[in-house]
Amino acid sequence: MEAHQDLLANIKRRQMWDFVFALMGLLALLFALVTLLALIVDLAITGVPRINAEFFVNFPSRFAEKAGILSAWVGSFCIMITTAFCAIPLGVAAGVYLEEYSKKNWISQLIELNIINLAGIPSITYGLMALGLFVYKLKLGQSILTAGLTLGLLVLPIIIVTTREAIRAIPNTIREASYAMGASKWQTVRYHILPYSSGGILTGVIISLSRAIGETAPLITIGALTFIAFLPTPPVDGQFPYLNFKWLMDPFTVMPIQMFNWLSRPQPEFHVNAAATGVVLLLMTLIMNGGAIYLRSRFRKKMKW
Amino acid sequence: MRRLRERAIETVLFLAAASSVLVTIGIVGILVVESIPFFEHVTFKEFLTDTQWTPLFENAHYGILPLLSGTLLSTVIALSVAIPLGTVAAAFLSEYVRPSWREFLKPMLELLAAVPTVVYGYFALLFVTPLLQKIIPSLSGFNVLSAGIVIGVMIVPYVSSLSEDAMRSVPNHLREASFAVGASRMQTAFRVVIPAAFSGITSAYVLGISRALGETMVVAIAAGMQPNLTINPTEPAATITAFIVQVSLGDLPHGSIGYQSIYVAGLSLLVLTLCFNIVGLWLRKKFQEKE
Repeated sequence: MEAHQDLLANIKRRQMWDFVFALMGLLALLFALVTLLALIVDLAITGVPRINAEFFVNFPSRFAEKAGILSAWVGSFCIMITTAFCAIPLGVAAGVYLEEYSKKNWISQLIELNIINLAGIPSITYGLMALGLFVYKLKLGQSILTAGLTLGLLVLPIIIVTTREAIRAIPNTIREASYAMGASKWQTVRYHILPYSSGGILTGVIISLSRAIGETAPLITIGALTFIAFLPTPPVDGQFPYLNFKWLMDPFTVMPIQMFNWLSRPQPEFHVNAAATGVVLLLMTLIMNGGAIYLRSRFRKKMKW
Repeated sequence: MRRLRERAIETVLFLAAASSVLVTIGIVGILVVESIPFFEHVTFKEFLTDTQWTPLFENAHYGILPLLSGTLLSTVIALSVAIPLGTVAAAFLSEYVRPSWREFLKPMLELLAAVPTVVYGYFALLFVTPLLQKIIPSLSGFNVLSAGIVIGVMIVPYVSSLSEDAMRSVPNHLREASFAVGASRMQTAFRVVIPAAFSGITSAYVLGISRALGETMVVAIAAGMQPNLTINPTEPAATITAFIVQVSLGDLPHGSIGYQSIYVAGLSLLVLTLCFNIVGLWLRKKFQEKE
């Protein structure tokens, strides 16, 4: 009888601890999510009233009320395009090679180990590398091109990893069917593997660009200016061939650097500008990430092999 | 002809894959090459033992210790937030929550990692610090404490996502065996699932540590950029990363001692990150042998 009582007490105690732990788990999750919410709300309360049309078409200024983010968002936009052009072909090609072509040997193992480790390398060291290599050795200057290349290399692992995941999800029957029709390896990749994995690759591209748009430290390190009151050279002009790439070599600033600059001033009016820039940045990254999550779940549902 | 084209394409794709190795070589190579001239001015002993770091002052001192203490202090604070929160959240998501809720909660948690770090800096400086000052009135306007806490929350998804993946890949028959001998869910989580997923959880921690060590903008904004040999988190301090930002914001002639000093700082950061990664690798190896 006593043993029975002991057992019941023991079960009660363990059930209680089980419940306590579940509660802790819930609290941990809530704490993280509430912090995120507090961050968004705090930023929005200060920043949203400051956002108006002029904020987007004005250059930075000594007067907080007149200052805007024109040069910053144009800079962010140009750098995003450069980053995408640099990272997407390289990353997708690397992912395709590692999934479809590479044999199990020490080179492919080295490459794989290296990609895992790149995720842990602090982003600021990419900036130091770019300052030494792109700015001084290759004489590209503190330009949009340098910034785009730097961020391109920084997000390369993200694109490689998501490309590989997307390709790995394609069953082997597809490849075999393609080979059975007499297709070569490249034809299989080109007409089957790449189209079927494009959804997953797109998710990776969106996530990597949202990461690039928020990166600040490597761009400060390569010497981005914090006060820019002009725009890059327009890419279209009246003379033949009507297109030029001079803008690639222009100096730049980006939204996170502009925000940092305003944030490091003592006057609270500039902090309001920083908050407004933060709202724009946050909105863009959240929309991009939300889109990526939506795409991922949609493709996962749609793909039934 | 067709075979030639196939070969050419394979070579191009291989070069793309190999370029990722070039990135690593480039980073390590440039950091080392640009750091070497620094040690022609400064002895190794001075670098490691001097307690002041003032490379841009008239009376220059080149001791890495104050930057190291700032970096480690903010990392320790960040990890004491992120590891308990991240691990408990991961165990909860993996062992308690039904899959449909998990599909919703995990991406929400991952949004924390998507917020730009400069926004976290704003949050640390203008929200967390004033909040903490109500509890600790002596807290300085710039301090390591709030920067560390905010970094901690920021890296929760790095810790929890990978840990949760590791926990969920533990085969179900281990859980069933544990339940069959009468263990509760919590006992199963702590004595069966977490030990079995130890290797993956260690990787998650190591990634979290790497992120915390290399985090730049939050400390540059909220911790005050003053090299300060202290373990008091309520004071301002500078991390290695914050110093690099501070110097880069000024005009920096190529080849000057200031220019060299940011490479030395970057190299120290890389070595520090590498050390933690090796410890993680060693822990994983050691544990795997026991199985």
